[in-house]
Parts: sequence; C-alpha cells; structure tokens
Amino acid sequence: MAGPVVYRTRRNVLHMAALAAAASVIAPSLSKADSKAVEAEIKKLYDGKAMAEGRIKLDVPQIAENGLVVPITVDVESPMTEQNFVKAVHVYADGNPLPGVLTFRFSPLSGRASASTRMRLAQTQNIVAVAEMSDGSLFTTKAEVKVTIGGCGG
Amino acid sequence: MISRRHFLHATAAAHALAVASGLGPLGRAAAQQRLSEQDILRFEPLGQVTILHVTDIHAQLVPLYFREPSINLGVGPAKGKPPHLTDQAFRDFFKIAGGTAEAHALTADDFTALARNYGRMGGMDRVSRLIAAVRAERGADKVLLLDGGDTWQGSWTALQTRGDDMVQVMNALGVDAMTSHWEFTYGEDRVKELAEKSKAAFLAQNVRDNEWQEAVFEPRKTFEKGGAKIAVIGQAFPRTAIANPRWMIPKWEFGLREEDIQKQVDEARAEGADVVILLSHNGFDVDAKLATRVNGIDVILTAHTHDALPGVVTAGKTILVASGSHGKFVSRLDLDIRDKKVAGYRYKLLPVFSDAITPDPSMAGLIDTIRKPFAAELAQEIGRTESLLFRRGNFNGTFDDLIAQAMLAERDAEIALTPGFRWGGTLLPGDPITFDAIANATAITYPACYRMEMTGAQLKDVLEDVADNIFHPDPYFQGGGDMVRVGGVGYAIDVSAPMGRRISDLTLLKTGRPLEASRAYTVAGWASVNQGTQGPPIWDVVKAHVARHKTIRIEPNAAVKVTGA
Repeated sequence: MAGPVVYRTRRNVLHMAALAAAASVIAPSLSKADSKAVEAEIKKLYDGKAMAEGRIKLDVPQIAENGLVVPITVDVESPMTEQNFVKAVHVYADGNPLPGVLTFRFSPLSGRASASTRMRLAQTQNIVAVAEMSDGSLFTTKAEVKVTIGGCGG
Repeated sequence: MISRRHFLHATAAAHALAVASGLGPLGRAAAQQRLSEQDILRFEPLGQVTILHVTDIHAQLVPLYFREPSINLGVGPAKGKPPHLTDQAFRDFFKIAGGTAEAHALTADDFTALARNYGRMGGMDRVSRLIAAVRAERGADKVLLLDGGDTWQGSWTALQTRGDDMVQVMNALGVDAMTSHWEFTYGEDRVKELAEKSKAAFLAQNVRDNEWQEAVFEPRKTFEKGGAKIAVIGQAFPRTAIANPRWMIPKWEFGLREEDIQKQVDEARAEGADVVILLSHNGFDVDAKLATRVNGIDVILTAHTHDALPGVVTAGKTILVASGSHGKFVSRLDLDIRDKKVAGYRYKLLPVFSDAITPDPSMAGLIDTIRKPFAAELAQEIGRTESLLFRRGNFNGTFDDLIAQAMLAERDAEIALTPGFRWGGTLLPGDPITFDAIANATAITYPACYRMEMTGAQLKDVLEDVADNIFHPDPYFQGGGDMVRVGGVGYAIDVSAPMGRRISDLTLLKTGRPLEASRAYTVAGWASVNQGTQGPPIWDVVKAHVARHKTIRIEPNAAVKVTGA
C-alpha cells in the first residue's frame, strides 16, 4: 500500500508541495511492524487463545490530521462489577516501528472501561485493540487510520 | 481520431458561431437582450420559505470569466453521475442546448466563443441585485441567505485586508449564516476576530479545540422564516488541518464527525425545528454519502468542490444543492413545509450574467471603495495571453501550466509542482494578464515559492498520495482539490487502481527519459503547508515570468495520460 520507500512520518515530511523538509527527515531505513508482528505480540500475552469480535468501541479518525498525535478512545461494553469486568485493553499499530502502542488496565472501581489518549502513527495502518475480560475471555477489533500528506483541497 | 463526443462538441461550436454571426456585429448585445434580468429571476414561488445559497465566492467582487472543468472524473458510486459530468454529457443530462447561455455558464467546451457572446459572470453588486429582487418578491421575512464558505480568500484585496473586505460585502448582503474552509488560512486570531465582526452566524459543528474537544464555534442556529423554524447546522471543511497549514490553526481540530452531525439533527428536531439544513463545506461526493448515513437532514447545501448543478440531487429524503463558485450563481430553493416535513420544493440555479443584471449601486459603491486603494496595482498589465488560461480540470489547467513554467524558468528548476486549486479566474485569448488576474490565481497567506531537491521515488509518492485524495473510491477518504499539476514531468495515471499503483511512466519531459527513483531533481513549488518555508511569493514569480515574455502562449498539455476512468 505505501510504496517501496523507507519508513517515515509522512505527514511531517511530505506535503505535495511542501517538500522543504523531505530529504532530511527520511529515516535511513527503519524497519516497521506488520500484522504478523502484531499477532506475535498478542501471542506473547495470550498464547494464541481465541478472540471474539466485538464489545470494543475503537474510536480513531479515518484520516489523521496529525500523525504525531492521533486521538484514540477505547470503550468496552461491560457491567464492571466484581464478577464481570474488563481487566485490560491493549492497542497495537501494524505500521509503526514497534507494534505495541499502549495498555489500559481497569478494575471494577474504574466504573467504565473507557479511556482516551493520543498516539503517534508513522503511516497509514491498522490499529488493533484487544480486551481481556475478568473471566479470561478475549475480544478484539481493528480500524484503519489513514495518515496522509495532504492534497490541497481548494 | 474524432470520437462521437468530439463531433458533438464541434456541432455545438458551429451552432454558437451561427448564433453570433446571425446577429451580426451586435451579436453580443443582442444575446444579452435575449437574456434579461427577469428571465434570470423568473420563478414560480412555492411554500412559505425561500433558501438562497451562495458559496465558494473566493473573494471575487467583480465579474469574471470562470470556465467549468472539462475533466471531472467520479470514482466508485459517483462515476458518470452528476456532478461528474462535463460538456456534452452534462448538457444531455440537464437538457441544455449547445451554444446557449446555460451552456456557457455550466460547460467548458466552446468557452472562448460563448464567453465573447455572453460576457462575464458574477460580481457581488449583481449578486446583491438578485438577492434583493428575491427578497422583494417573496418578502424578506421568508428568505434565508446562507453562505457555504471559501468567501474570505482568493483575491488581492481579500489578502491585503486579511478578509475584511469580504466581511463588509457579506454583511451588506445580509447573509444569515456561513461556514468555512479557506477562511481558516488567516489564522486562529484573525478568524475569531472576523467571525465576531461578521453579521452572519459563523457555524462549524466540527471544529474543536484539541485540548478539551470543546466546540470552538456555534454548531447550529435556528431561524424563523415564513413561520417555520429552520435549523442550520454548519460543517466546515473536515480536512482543513491536512490540506492547509495546520500551524496557522494549531489549537483546532476538524474531521467529519458524522455522529455529531446526527446529534445536532436530533437536538434540532427535539427543539421543534420544521426543517434541518446542513450548510456544508464537505464537498459534493462526501455529502452525497453523508446524506445516506445521517437521518433527518432535509437539505444539504454543498460546497468546496465548486460543482454547479441546474437541478437538485436527492439521496433518500435529503435534497442536495450545488451552487457553483466565484459568484457565478445564486441558488434559490423554495420549500413547502407541512407537519414538520418538506412536502414540496422548487429549485433554480440563478446564473449571474453580469451584462444582463443591473448592478446594485450601493454594493457597487462599496466594492469601489474596497478596491480603490489597490486600483493602480490591480490594473497593471503585466503581459497578454494568446491562449485561453483556465484553472479547473482534474489533471491540468492552462493557468497552472503558466504558473509551472514560471517556476521552472524563474527558479531554475527541473520540476515544478503547483497545487490543484479550483479557484481563480479564466482569461480569454487576447486578454491582458493583469496583476489582478495573477493574484486571483495565487493570493494565499502561505505563498512562498520554495526550491529543493527531491528524488524520483519521492515525487512518485507525492503523486500517489495526492491521487488517493481525489480518486479513493470511498468519498470519505477524498480531500477534494484537483490533482497536483506537475511541470517538466509527464506521467500516466490509472484512476481506478489502488493507492501506490495509480502512477506510472514518470518521464522528465526535457530529456524524454524515465524519472530515476534514486536520483535527486531540483523541484520548485508553492503553497507548502510547512511552517518557515522559504522563497519569494508565487505572484512575484509569475509576474516576473509574464513580464519577461510579454506574450504568453500555452500549448495543449498532453503530459498526463489518464486511464481507468
């Protein structure tokens, strides 16, 4: 999808007519993660346990305004009682140099399994969220975020 | 090869010439006599409310020529449907005869001949006259005037007064509400200052401060007209912070925020709105999709993509209106509202033929006052053009070719990049190239013409990224704008291919050799969104080039080969 060229923070580097910074910011040859790297990370924690789709609302922009600070909100459906609560939500990015983005940990005292922050995204890629419930079951969802260099709307 | 389409174009041209010559030397005057202000205004009123819509005026105070695109490709569901029709296909769809005033206003072929016949369009004194006439006929308490934005930018006077001239004009026009895009390129402080000065409500439900996600502007406003409650929701251009310099508006975030539009609609309905209007700067295709996903919007007044449609498009129960740009048109939409529903509507795109409409004297006076301090500068004739100079089209415009040539020559570059802006006037063969005309195509707050090195691979990436902004099959991923214009390089584009595979055969035109992926080339460009970009303002570069050559001739551009359309 992103062409043969090396990793870089696209938005920061290239606007179609905004190339003044291009040459200097292109990193020599950083490797990047892919969906396999994300799977490997999840496997480290949960050893290939089955994950169901759903329950997680992953709110990320379809198109990032600024790849350096992309807003993300996760909200997991749960009564959040002692018997039934969300323990943790892990977020991964399959196009960043490192796939792990963050982990939110919750307890019944959290009241709601909802949290927001900002993350840095190197390029257009998938964001994968995995929620671990108190009974050990796992849920997952993913969303693509486009990190663009512009296109001069006029 | 002459395709059937080309043949039809030729027929239309012949018809136009026949009309002109049939009327002898008075051809133009006679054509104008045929076309009266009454004809333009003729409208059988309906219901209790009239909505008037103007948009994308781009600070054009005086009449101008503006050629509509001859290439405006739709992708995915938009393919081959309005507004993605041009020339004969457009005329066929809307049943417009070739050679007519409507053909001149709405299509691009025969532009020069028809422009000489029907004259310039727009002019805010003419717009003012039409609006006053509708108010007089209908009763001012039944008329709501809405502005879709891209109003404060696009001319030398707007740039020099930092948008103040347009606020004066729109205040005099009595605009009730507006939304925004290029307005934001004056920066946060200035936008707030002008929004305050503007008598129109500055509505933008999708602009938030990025610290607390609080609304920066009023999201919507309810107006009472003709006894009906009309809720107007403002939607600023969702991608302003990507397409324009984010550093000028560092605390603001945009985005489509579809769920928030739905909330606004629901709140408005709960408050008893009879009609809900989205005053949008999303762009037509984005709004066409949005209309199928957000419930309860009666009318979307579209903008941004500069489409002018002489009929409405409906998506479910939602009516979409496309009112063109540059003051060429005023849309009139009458609504018959019963039981909080639109029971009927009637629509007309009023063409602002400047020679047929009497200027409103008080607006004409205001425009003179605004332009006077700059009059000498604006009137300066830098050179003349032998070719038709226009901007619009997905891949090329001859005015952009001129800008690209100016950058290649004046900045000693191998490649020039000029943005696919859709604003800026058209000059006919033989017209003077005044500083006014140059500024109309270049007047922005980030005009530096930079010069730098870029590899062939980087250039390809830029073209791929921009192409994806235009030809992504999902309109929610389209940013609008036309394709970046490339001087000194030719390429092939398959618009139906996925990102990364649309662009091929990049060729350096000077040598005829393929662009090398790893070689660095000298590139000049302008309108960088990066802070601190160095270089002379682009209007000086174009001015110097035109002054050096005096006579400008632009050969047809065959450097972009398009497939997949």
